[in-house]
Amino acid sequence: MTMLKIEGVHTFYGNIEALKGIDMEVNEGEIVTLIGANGAGKTTLLMTCCGSPQVSKGRILFEGTDISRMPTHDICRLGIQQSPEGRRIFPRMSVFENLQMGACTQDPKHFDSDLEMVFDLFPRLKERINQRAGTMSGGEQQMLAIGRALMGRPRLLLLDEPSLGLAPLVVKQIFETIKKINRENKVTVFLVEQNAFHALKLAHRGYVMVNGNITMSGGGAELLANPEVRAAYLEGGH
Amino acid sequence: MSSLLTSSRVTPVDIAKELAFFAVLAVMMSIMILGVETVDRPTGLELALRWDLVLLAVCATVVGRLGLIVRREHLSRLLQAALIVISALMVFEMFVRFRDLDDRWVSPVTFDMATQSVGRAIFFICLIAIVFAIAYFSSAKGRPTGDEDESNKISARLQVAYRTNTKKVGMLGIAFFIIFPFIFGENRSAIDLATLVMIYIMLGWGLNIVVGLAGLLDLGYVAFYAVGAYSYALLSQHFGLSFWLCLPMAGLFSASFGIILGFPVLRLRGDYLAIVTLGFGEIIRVILINWYDLTGGPDGIASIERPSFFGLADFSRRVPEGVTRFSDLFGIEYSSMHRLIFLYYLILILALVTNFVTMRLRKLPIGRAWEALREDEIACRSLGINPTNTKLSAFAIGAMFAGFAGAFFATRQGFISPESFTFLESAVILAIVVMGGMGSQIGVVLAAIVMIGFPEMFRELAEYRMLIFGAGMVAIMLWRPRGLLSFRDPTILLNMSKKEKVAGEKS
Repeated sequence: MTMLKIEGVHTFYGNIEALKGIDMEVNEGEIVTLIGANGAGKTTLLMTCCGSPQVSKGRILFEGTDISRMPTHDICRLGIQQSPEGRRIFPRMSVFENLQMGACTQDPKHFDSDLEMVFDLFPRLKERINQRAGTMSGGEQQMLAIGRALMGRPRLLLLDEPSLGLAPLVVKQIFETIKKINRENKVTVFLVEQNAFHALKLAHRGYVMVNGNITMSGGGAELLANPEVRAAYLEGGH
Repeated sequence: MSSLLTSSRVTPVDIAKELAFFAVLAVMMSIMILGVETVDRPTGLELALRWDLVLLAVCATVVGRLGLIVRREHLSRLLQAALIVISALMVFEMFVRFRDLDDRWVSPVTFDMATQSVGRAIFFICLIAIVFAIAYFSSAKGRPTGDEDESNKISARLQVAYRTNTKKVGMLGIAFFIIFPFIFGENRSAIDLATLVMIYIMLGWGLNIVVGLAGLLDLGYVAFYAVGAYSYALLSQHFGLSFWLCLPMAGLFSASFGIILGFPVLRLRGDYLAIVTLGFGEIIRVILINWYDLTGGPDGIASIERPSFFGLADFSRRVPEGVTRFSDLFGIEYSSMHRLIFLYYLILILALVTNFVTMRLRKLPIGRAWEALREDEIACRSLGINPTNTKLSAFAIGAMFAGFAGAFFATRQGFISPESFTFLESAVILAIVVMGGMGSQIGVVLAAIVMIGFPEMFRELAEYRMLIFGAGMVAIMLWRPRGLLSFRDPTILLNMSKKEKVAGEKS
């Protein structure tokens, strides 16, 4: 069943057309990866799904509801949570307060069990519970950003470059957790990544974006084997 | 001297260069201010040259700098102290001479005046030192003092002591303010001053919601104060409503003005927001000046009704028929101090209510949303927080407390005019919040005492108090750039077992 359906979406920053008619869909229970070079429009697409910036042409459907004209905070109440680019945790608040903020749209009765779930996924966060979030390492902050998004009980989780600036070992750990979240918590994941190898290995399906257009799509393994993708995103650039 | 310096990393040439630089700087800064004076002689204005003052300023700078170099290079402590004391003495001598110069044409400085002002100055400096000591020890990031391990340990221990006992410190403060009138019961000026400081504490706490918690830089906060004051004054004059009825109304009016201001500035942040709020503050003031029919323009509103004792009794010596006098109500002798003390307690209660509400709100979802909004607005949106409502509520609640304070101000003064609500007031309130350490409640109290209390207490020192005040501000900028008490405790700590805690600290 299609969970998120993006139909012919155009997005502008002023006069610059960042997205030039995107069509894609995310099915329930999937991990879908979007890869592409810097400036291709990946983050823009993710942010457009969240309503900022808003769609100029086309529409975005979440479980059949048109969300392309909704304000960001209402979209998230439908069950879409995102871990934004650059993590954007609240640096001067404690880890616990950050997680509380994540749950601010939810019924408090779920809070304890959700917290337990996040701590199971990221035991590290439990150790740091009362620490100021800004004083943690990059990897821990990324865990917090994902954990905070999970506290909002999403059905669709949007992740923007969770591997950004992290050590390879931590990246591996984070991707494993994403897989776990998808499999065990039944959360659909839409992942935007530069780290194409890891992301495609993880994904059920993938899309490749170039200059605001989707140029390729297919299964994760299929894309991983594709010579064009290999040349552009896996072996090139040296 | 040179034997002392050989042990350090810097060569005497380096030191000489540094000292020369500061000497030139001192000459440049002092020559026009201290060195030249216009004197009104019978023959007309003449320029008098006072090179001794310039020389003293330069010497004080050089010696003081040398002291700092000694300190920096961890040389003899004794030498360091001696140099700094010499420098301070030179500065003092400079002031004495400067003062002589000032008064030569007015009145000679009497010995009494000199000793009095010196005594006051010492007292003043001690008080500032105490405030600094508290602030220094309570900070997590006390300045690294190099080899002074011992004092570091002490300060670390004191920090922990303060942090774990914040509540007790607060309680102690409240207790002090409650018994204050019993100590200074007969001293009219002390009560007056305490009331004034308390007004600013309340305003500081109110603005702290907007600036410290929600992170919205508001330079026009005094507008809401003015709205509160004028709404009480006008309601009381035109409709004869009592203070107790007007107090909540003033708060409501101010809150609605907060929302009116809030709407257009929702999209703005940082410096842009500051400019618009500054403009709003001025608009309110200009309206007050020009709407002569309603507000009395620059003449203001006079003989505003004083508050009654909760509508039960009046504080005046002569009361109209059928009204109980306060002193009769309790069967005590009449004293004009009763009203002042009552006003003091009234503002104390209002301020404590402000504090209590703020503390409660911080623990509620709305308070956390304010803080999150201050940290990162985009993240807030994507977590489902409505930034519009959050910002407006911060503006409205902050403005409401300013409205309460304004109504109190009007009833205490009995006279208000637009002059009381200038931009300077906004700046002072903002300075209190920033100096106290954004978001710190006790910091606001300390800062209000430093900013309002001290300058008022030392009125006799005339312009010198402003000099010391300026020096104090510079010192705060140097040593406590994030405010006197600049740390934020989480609103909630999750209790962990000891084992987990240790693990958390280690990793």
